[in-house]
Amino acid sequence: MMRRLWITLTYIVFALLLVAPLVKIFTGSWADGWSGFAEGITRPESLHALMMTGIIVVVVTALNTVFGIMLALYLVRAEWIGRRLKRLLNSLVDLPFAVSPVIGGLMIVLILGPNTVIGTLFEDAGFKIVYALPGMILATLFVTFPLMVREVMPVLQEIGAQQEEAASTLGAYSWYTFWKVTWPSIRWGVIYGVVLTVARSLGEFGAVLVVSGNIMNKTQTATTLVYQDVENFNVVAANGIALVLAAFSVGLLLLMEWAKKRKEVH
Amino acid sequence: MNAMFRGKGWSFGFRTTIMLYFIILIVLPIIGIYTQSFSLGWTPFWESVSDPLAWKSVLLTVKLALIATILNMLLGTMIGWVLIRYRFPGRRLLNSLVDLPFALPTAVGGLMILLLLGPNSLVGGLAGKAGIEIVFHEPAIVIAMLFVTFPFVIRAIQPLLEEMDKSEEEAAYTLGATRAKTFFSVIFPTMLPGILSGAMLAFSRGLAEFGAVVLVAGNIPGKTLIASVYIFGEIESNNPQGAAAVSVLLLTLSFLILWTVNLIQARRNGQ
Repeated sequence: MMRRLWITLTYIVFALLLVAPLVKIFTGSWADGWSGFAEGITRPESLHALMMTGIIVVVVTALNTVFGIMLALYLVRAEWIGRRLKRLLNSLVDLPFAVSPVIGGLMIVLILGPNTVIGTLFEDAGFKIVYALPGMILATLFVTFPLMVREVMPVLQEIGAQQEEAASTLGAYSWYTFWKVTWPSIRWGVIYGVVLTVARSLGEFGAVLVVSGNIMNKTQTATTLVYQDVENFNVVAANGIALVLAAFSVGLLLLMEWAKKRKEVH
Repeated sequence: MNAMFRGKGWSFGFRTTIMLYFIILIVLPIIGIYTQSFSLGWTPFWESVSDPLAWKSVLLTVKLALIATILNMLLGTMIGWVLIRYRFPGRRLLNSLVDLPFALPTAVGGLMILLLLGPNSLVGGLAGKAGIEIVFHEPAIVIAMLFVTFPFVIRAIQPLLEEMDKSEEEAAYTLGATRAKTFFSVIFPTMLPGILSGAMLAFSRGLAEFGAVVLVAGNIPGKTLIASVYIFGEIESNNPQGAAAVSVLLLTLSFLILWTVNLIQARRNGQ
């Protein structure tokens, strides 16, 4: 009896909070039929925004995957970092989780903006950071930084260092050790981390909005275009882009499930 | 690690690059924001923070994030429990859906809420007739925060419930305890650390939320303007020092929360 009630309540919460909004995005973008949807996403600014988002996702995921794995290895294995320092660095990794994305963007503007010393230096060299792609990539790197590190660290802690040490003392080449011993055990954690990083960088909004200046056809991403469309009361167009983003998210969610299952098995 | 990169030059270069990346990307910006907010001295900082619109926005954010967190604790505890303990059709699907708010761009989440509850929608129209304003008022902000923080509590208590030793529970039953009594004296204490750390994370995420809220809040200064949107407005109107001052307030709060969560987790791991 109680069991029935709880299960029904759970279904109701899911339906109201998660399923209804998702369905609404799908039906909403068809409100004006196929042509409205097609027009919404084939506008030049939409295509450009989707391209910008694509570039950011690829660059950010690549950089944070490599650096994230390396940092996780250092934070778990390195003997040249003292225990205290390691603990400090370890708690610093989570900082971006505590920082509002808007503040994350503001930090980059404050340090590298056109009115700052470093910003002017780069600008004189012909390299624009803020209100341009590099700043947007930096902002997204900041926001997604902890994801990979936090996925890989627990796996490394769990497997311990014995196998790696054994391989090394036997005279195995270091990269060889990494690929043959470490990589197979962290692989699924890394894949899960990649999916999380892609999802987060695809959807990043606040930090990118502040850093990019949201200039149409220049620094506009898919999410900031949705925002602008809504502000301009162009809801059908906003819906089209949102549907594309939502479809990607659902795909990523499926990938997450798959990676999670594999992670538990291995 | 020494064993992994034997070549001295190589390993030194590697270490330096990784550490520099870490420090430049994460640590430097945060130091930058603290120095910037005090760059003109203590008085302008105080002036920026004591601007009624500024502190009202921070208070509003704390209040609404708190409401969203409490709702989350209740719903999250129930759902976490149901998804682990009961077997019913659709359980796996629901369990995967929990992560949807993490996978979905927050701006899309905000747009969804706007479409569902906005003045032109069915629900919004009905509520409007009943005299309840949702979108562009506080309820919409709470709903947006609830949506983006939904997975935290559930994901924090699920592992605890999975690990839980069933024999304690069974012992309580055989000793004649009622269902309710067993729940509150045996099961609930096991879940509590998860509920608390999940709630803390949800609260700090709620404080920081921007994308979902900015689309549904209406952003009326002093009424529905939350802190992160206030900061955004200050940046747009070219007042970086004011933006930084309010940011410092919000950041310090979030850091305290994060630190508490770490402390709770460290204590649990230590036991």
